Amino acid sequence: MSKRSNWALPYFIFLVLFVVLPLVLIVVYALQDGNGGFTLSNVSRFFTDSDALSTFAVSIEVAVENTLICLLLGYPAAYILADRNLNKSAVTVILFILPMWINALMRTLATAELFNVFGFTLGKGTLLFGMVYDYLPFMIYPIYNVLLKMDKSYSEAAADLGATPIQVFGKVTLPLSMPGISSGILMVFMPTVSTFAISEFLTNNKIKLFGTIIQENINSSMWNYGAALSLIMLVIIGLTTILLGGDEREVQGGTI
Amino acid sequence: MSEKNNIIIDIEHLSKSFGDHQVLKDISLYIRKGEFVTLLGPSGCGKTTLLRMIAGFLQPDEGKIMMEWDSRNGKTEFRDVAGIPPHQRPLNTVFQRYALFPHLDVYDNIAFGLKLQGVPKDEIDTRVRKVLKLVSMSDYEDRDVESLSGGQQQRVAIARAIVNKPKVLLLDEPLAALDLKMRQDMQIELKEMHQKLGITFIYVTHDQSEALTLSDTVVVMNEGKIQQIGTPIDIYNEPVNSFVADFIGESNILNGTMIQDRKVNFIGHDFDCVDEGFGENVPVDVVIRPEDVYLGYELEGAQFSGKVNSCVFKGVHYEMYVETDSGNELQIQDYDAFEPGRTVQMLIHPDDIQVMKKERVENVIDCTVIDDTHIEMFGEEFECAPIGKEGTSAKAHIQFSKVDLMDHEEEGNASGEVWFILYKGNHYHLTVKTESGEHLYVDTNDIWDKGDLVGIKILPEDITVEIDDEQEK
Repeated sequence: MSKRSNWALPYFIFLVLFVVLPLVLIVVYALQDGNGGFTLSNVSRFFTDSDALSTFAVSIEVAVENTLICLLLGYPAAYILADRNLNKSAVTVILFILPMWINALMRTLATAELFNVFGFTLGKGTLLFGMVYDYLPFMIYPIYNVLLKMDKSYSEAAADLGATPIQVFGKVTLPLSMPGISSGILMVFMPTVSTFAISEFLTNNKIKLFGTIIQENINSSMWNYGAALSLIMLVIIGLTTILLGGDEREVQGGTI
Repeated sequence: MSEKNNIIIDIEHLSKSFGDHQVLKDISLYIRKGEFVTLLGPSGCGKTTLLRMIAGFLQPDEGKIMMEWDSRNGKTEFRDVAGIPPHQRPLNTVFQRYALFPHLDVYDNIAFGLKLQGVPKDEIDTRVRKVLKLVSMSDYEDRDVESLSGGQQQRVAIARAIVNKPKVLLLDEPLAALDLKMRQDMQIELKEMHQKLGITFIYVTHDQSEALTLSDTVVVMNEGKIQQIGTPIDIYNEPVNSFVADFIGESNILNGTMIQDRKVNFIGHDFDCVDEGFGENVPVDVVIRPEDVYLGYELEGAQFSGKVNSCVFKGVHYEMYVETDSGNELQIQDYDAFEPGRTVQMLIHPDDIQVMKKERVENVIDCTVIDDTHIEMFGEEFECAPIGKEGTSAKAHIQFSKVDLMDHEEEGNASGEVWFILYKGNHYHLTVKTESGEHLYVDTNDIWDKGDLVGIKILPEDITVEIDDEQEK
């Protein structure tokens, strides 16, 4: 063992204390009954709890919708921002990224207040609006990054080989920006599943999301069931990552 | 028009600027069908811009590009391609860094253009395989392009372009990223490919030996202008100016005087030559290739003598620097070594002396008169010899040797950057680009490097001002 490896020790301790230990605690609590005995009932309860199952379905539905809307709005935005002919100023990029620097809770509260002032009924529409508003920058930024770094000679080569501008986009630009797209999807889809604050403020808890029931269980001291639900969510997040080809080297979009 | 038959591309008075910077100035050039034409010049000379305009990625500011065009009714016509986007032009490009699509394998990269044209699948298959064989990459069709070596990527890039059977193939420094050995092999292959395919090649490079090896016609460019167009042999043996002589191969460029037809004086001696029509006692530039000076300790018919300063073995020949009796240094190549320190005799054949008209004999700079002893040039104020005449716009005449360059920019009246250096046997002829973007030519014995920032100082008595004839009142 070289001395240099000792330098990693603080990070190792940090990792154990704040990442590994909480994960272990989640698993331990999820597999215990109220008296500390081993049980699988917390996990199996979820699959028979129709309330939790339907909330889960709603969460996934909202997350899919949110991700799709973010992608449809975010890709063109990123494309325009990355094109030096269309966007000559770095300020425009900052304006798009700026909301990411403001606390999401504050933005959500402000949005809710605006809906109140203008007399909108809180519900699915306002929920999606708030979600898109909150998560759009997380979709734009990784795609923008990939498009900005993309060598212009690829699209020139395609045009040179006879591709019309639309074909250049479909056959070269879009496939080459896939890493940014999957990175953006990961960064929007997964947080949406576990969010609860947005649904609380923007629907007055009319629509419950998966995050909401975890929070409710923990708040009412039902730690074991809450932990089991968290565990299920973690598994889903893990599966999504694998399904999206979450090879870390390919997810090069990154965040700020 | 008889010499202009069989033309495939005709470029007329093309100009292009990026912002304030004019990259191409009035370029006219025609390219014959099946020809291998090389655009040769140092970086920043505009050669790539010209290629990109032919490809359609850039639009000219002025002038036009005419191209042979197959119209829908099957007739071949000649048309101005202004405004026609790259994807409709009948040519294909091999890009400098290949630009192979990383998400497609070798086969799909090459089939890209054919699929877009809607060529039937089995025909695509035959054509891709045929072209892969041509570039000796037959076993690589399923390979990921990023797993290929530079040379292999190069071959795929060429295959991807020629599979579409373009009328003209554009190559933008295609071998620049390869190592020397690979580059030489690819040069031979490119030349063979050109002969086999019969496609017109337009090749961009800054490597003069590559240009001489490959081309039928070389177009030498510098600072956005065409310097010379000719066969490699013409360009090498008869450069039209000192830039071409210096850029193509190695050469001794010397100041001389044309005494009369077929007689020229340089390095303090009179020589017989084959050039005529310069007039009598006219200052000229003389180019002597290093291999054209004959050396010997005892040489029959020797014209002048000198002392060997250095001798280095270069593989096939020895390269020597010899100081002549008049104090000029000549670069000489010979198969035999001559000992440094020894006196040698030298001889140059009349055929091997290339005489060029001097592009300039002094600096002539546009300036504005401030008062009788002050002018403004390069955007700065200079004191000058008394003008003695009224007027505002004028020309300042300054001899090359009367310009002093200072180490520190603030020491001079104006400042500039050393842009181009020419060694003339016993002094350096520098081109200094002033901050205002004008060129100032300087003769000096001091050693400067390209890119050095210098102060420019000129004594008042060395600036002769001549008021322009056509004055506005």
